Amino acid sequence: MKKLIAAALVAAASVGLVSAASAGTLDNVKAKGQLVCGANPGTAGFGVPDQKGNWTGLDVDYCRAIAAAIFNDPTKVKFVPLSSKDRFTALASGEVDVLIRNSTWTMSRETTLGIIWAGVNFYDGQGFMVNKKLNVKSAKELNGASICVQQGTTTELNLADFFRSNKMDYKVVTFGTSEEALKAYDSGRCDSYTTDRSGLAADRLSMAKPDDHIILPEVISKEPLGPVVRQGDDQWLNLVKWVHYALLTTEELGINSKNVDEKVKSEDPEVKRVLGTEGKFGESLGLSNAWVVQIVKGVGNYEELFERNVGPNTPLQLARSSNALWSKGGLQYAPPIR
Amino acid sequence: MSVGVEGRPSDSKVVFYNDPRIRSLFFQLLLLGLIVALFWFAYDNTVSNLRKRNIAQGFAFWDVEAGFDISQTLISYSAASSYGRAFWVGLLNTMLVSLVSIFFATILGVIIGILRLSRNWLVAKLAMVYVEIFRNVPLLLILYFWYRGVLGLLPEPRESIKLPADILLNTRGLLMPKPIFGDAFIYPLIAFVSTVILGAVLFWWARRVQARTGNRPNAGLFSTSMIIGLPLIVFFLSGSPLSFDVPVQGRFNASGGMTLPPEFVSLVIGLTTYTAAFIAENVRAGIVAISKGQTEASQALGLSHGQTIRLVIMPQALRVIVPLLNSEYLSLTKNSSLGVSIGYPDLVNVFTGTVLNQTGQAVEMVSVTMLVYLTLSLLTSAFMNWFNRRVALVER
Repeated sequence: MKKLIAAALVAAASVGLVSAASAGTLDNVKAKGQLVCGANPGTAGFGVPDQKGNWTGLDVDYCRAIAAAIFNDPTKVKFVPLSSKDRFTALASGEVDVLIRNSTWTMSRETTLGIIWAGVNFYDGQGFMVNKKLNVKSAKELNGASICVQQGTTTELNLADFFRSNKMDYKVVTFGTSEEALKAYDSGRCDSYTTDRSGLAADRLSMAKPDDHIILPEVISKEPLGPVVRQGDDQWLNLVKWVHYALLTTEELGINSKNVDEKVKSEDPEVKRVLGTEGKFGESLGLSNAWVVQIVKGVGNYEELFERNVGPNTPLQLARSSNALWSKGGLQYAPPIR
Repeated sequence: MSVGVEGRPSDSKVVFYNDPRIRSLFFQLLLLGLIVALFWFAYDNTVSNLRKRNIAQGFAFWDVEAGFDISQTLISYSAASSYGRAFWVGLLNTMLVSLVSIFFATILGVIIGILRLSRNWLVAKLAMVYVEIFRNVPLLLILYFWYRGVLGLLPEPRESIKLPADILLNTRGLLMPKPIFGDAFIYPLIAFVSTVILGAVLFWWARRVQARTGNRPNAGLFSTSMIIGLPLIVFFLSGSPLSFDVPVQGRFNASGGMTLPPEFVSLVIGLTTYTAAFIAENVRAGIVAISKGQTEASQALGLSHGQTIRLVIMPQALRVIVPLLNSEYLSLTKNSSLGVSIGYPDLVNVFTGTVLNQTGQAVEMVSVTMLVYLTLSLLTSAFMNWFNRRVALVER
C-alpha cells in the first residue's frame, strides 16, 4: 500500500515537472478556432449581453474586430464576462486571450501584473452621479456625503485622492460588483455613485428613474481605457495594437463597411497599403494581407463602432470629444501603416 | 539479547531490509520526503512562473500606502495608511461581526431549539417553520433580504425616524449620541467594579449558607440595588462627568455621534437568523438524546419544568450540543466573508478584494487569507474543545 502511494506521488510529481511548451497566443487562438475575450458583464455601450445573449458594445466590437482579422469571421469570439476584481488575474493566468473591458491603463498595473496595454480605445475620466433632489451642482459640494463604489478599480483610489486633496470628508461603501454598488445607491444608501463617466452614462440608464439622476461636471481623473494582453508575446501584442490602429486609420481615410469594396479598387497608395493590395503588412502580423478589409467588413471602422455603441444617437449620447481623431481635435492617433 | 515471540533471536538472523521496523521507517521517511518535495516543487514552480511573467511577488507591498478608504474601522485608518494596516482593519471587522453573530445566534438558536420541543402545538410548529425556512434558503439570499428588502426600505436621511434620546434611524444606519467620558468618570467606574466584586462575594456566601443550612439568604435584591445605586450616587457626587455628542442633521446626513452601519446590522442579522436555525436543530438533538426517564425522575423529585430543563436536561444535553456548536461557529465565521456582497468591509472585502486588486498579488493575498481563516477556526475549535472538556467533567 505504501509503495502504491509512493509510486503515485512520484508519478504526480513527474507529470507536474513537464511544463507545457507555450506556443504563441496567435497560434493557440488559430488552433482553438475562436478568440476568448474577457468582457464587461454589463456596462451598456461597452459590453453587455442582450436578452437573446448577443453581446453589444464598443469593447465587444473590438474583440470581434480581432476575430475578423484572424478568421475573417467576426462571430468567432467567446466572451467571458469578468468582474473588475478578477479581470487581470484571468488574463495573466491565460483564461482569456485578450481583455477588452473598460480597463484603465496605469503604471503599476503594467509593471507589477505581468500585463501590457495595446492602446487606448476610449479616453475617459471619473465622475460622480447624484440624485437631482439633493440639489448638488458640483463635486466640490460633496463634503460629508456617503459614496457607493465598486471595488477593485482605480475608482476607489481616485475617490480617496479627490477628497483628500480637497480636504473634504466622506463615507465610502465598497461593493464587490458595480451592480451591487449601483443598487445600493439607487435604494438611497449613498448620496453619490462614482465610476468612469462613460460607465455613469450607461449605469444611469439602468436606474429605476434615470431622469432623477445627474452626472456632475467634474472629471477627477484620467482614465485611458484599452485592450490588454499578457506580457512576453510581442507578436500578439502587435496584432491587437494594429487592429486598433487599423480601425482608426480606416476612419481617417474614409473607409467604412459600406464603401470598402470600392476602396479596394482605389489607386491611392496609402489606401492600397492599408487594404492589402500593395505590400505584405498582414503577413507580417501572421494574418492574411486583406486583414483590414476583413475588419472593416466585419465590424466597420472606429467611427462606426463609436456611433453604433456610445455615440449621440445611442441611449448613452456620448460626444466624441477626446475620442475624436487627432485631425479633428481629439486624442485618437494611429501611427502610419507603411 | 532480546528474544522474539517464537523464541528465535530477532536481530542477528533477519536481513535489515526485512525488518518490519526499519521497513516502515524507510517508507514513512520516503513519503515525508516526497510530500516535502511536492510542496517545494509547487512553491518553486509558482515563484519562477510569476517571475517569468513579470508579476510582482513577495510582501514588499505590506508597508506601501493603501490609498483607499474603508467605511468601518475599529482601529484608526485613513487612505494614507499602509496595506498592512488595511489587513488588520479587515481582520478585526471579520472578528467583530463573527463574535457578535455567534453570541446572538447561540441565544436565538437555543430558544428556538427548546421551542421546537414545546408541548404547545402552535409554538412548536412555528419554530419548525422558522428552522425549515432559514436552513433551506441560501445565506446570500438571506443577506440580500435583510439588506435590500428590510433595511433598504428605511427612510432617507432627510426623513429620518426620530427615536427618543436623540437617536436617528435612516438608510445610513442607526445614529446614536456618542458618550464622552470626563476624567472624573473613573470614580463611578471604580464604585461599579467594587460593588460587582462585593456582589459576587455575597453570592458565594449565600451558596455556602445554603449548603450548610438548606436555607438560601436572599442576596440578589441587596446586591442588585447596591450595584445600581452606589455608582449612581458616586456619579452625581463627582459632578456628572459624562456628556454626549449628539448627531446633528447636515446637508447629506447627520454628522457626529456614533453610527451603526446597515451593512454590519444586516450581516449580523443574516448570519444570526441563518446559523440559529442550525443551532436550534443541534439543541433539539441534544435534548432528545436525554432519555425521558430523566425528566420523569426530576418531576418525581418535585422539580418544576423550568428547573428540570435548567438543572437536569441541559447539563447533559450540552455534552451532545457543544461539539456540534463548534462546527456551526466555524461555518459562521467563514460565512461572514459573504459580507462583501452587501458592502461590509470584512477581511475578504478589504484584503482579498481591494488590496489584491491594487497590488495584483493574488497568490500572497489568497494564502494569507486562507491562513487567517485557518487560524481563526483552530482558535475557535481550541476554545470549544476546552469548553467541551469542562462540560464533560460535570458527569459523575
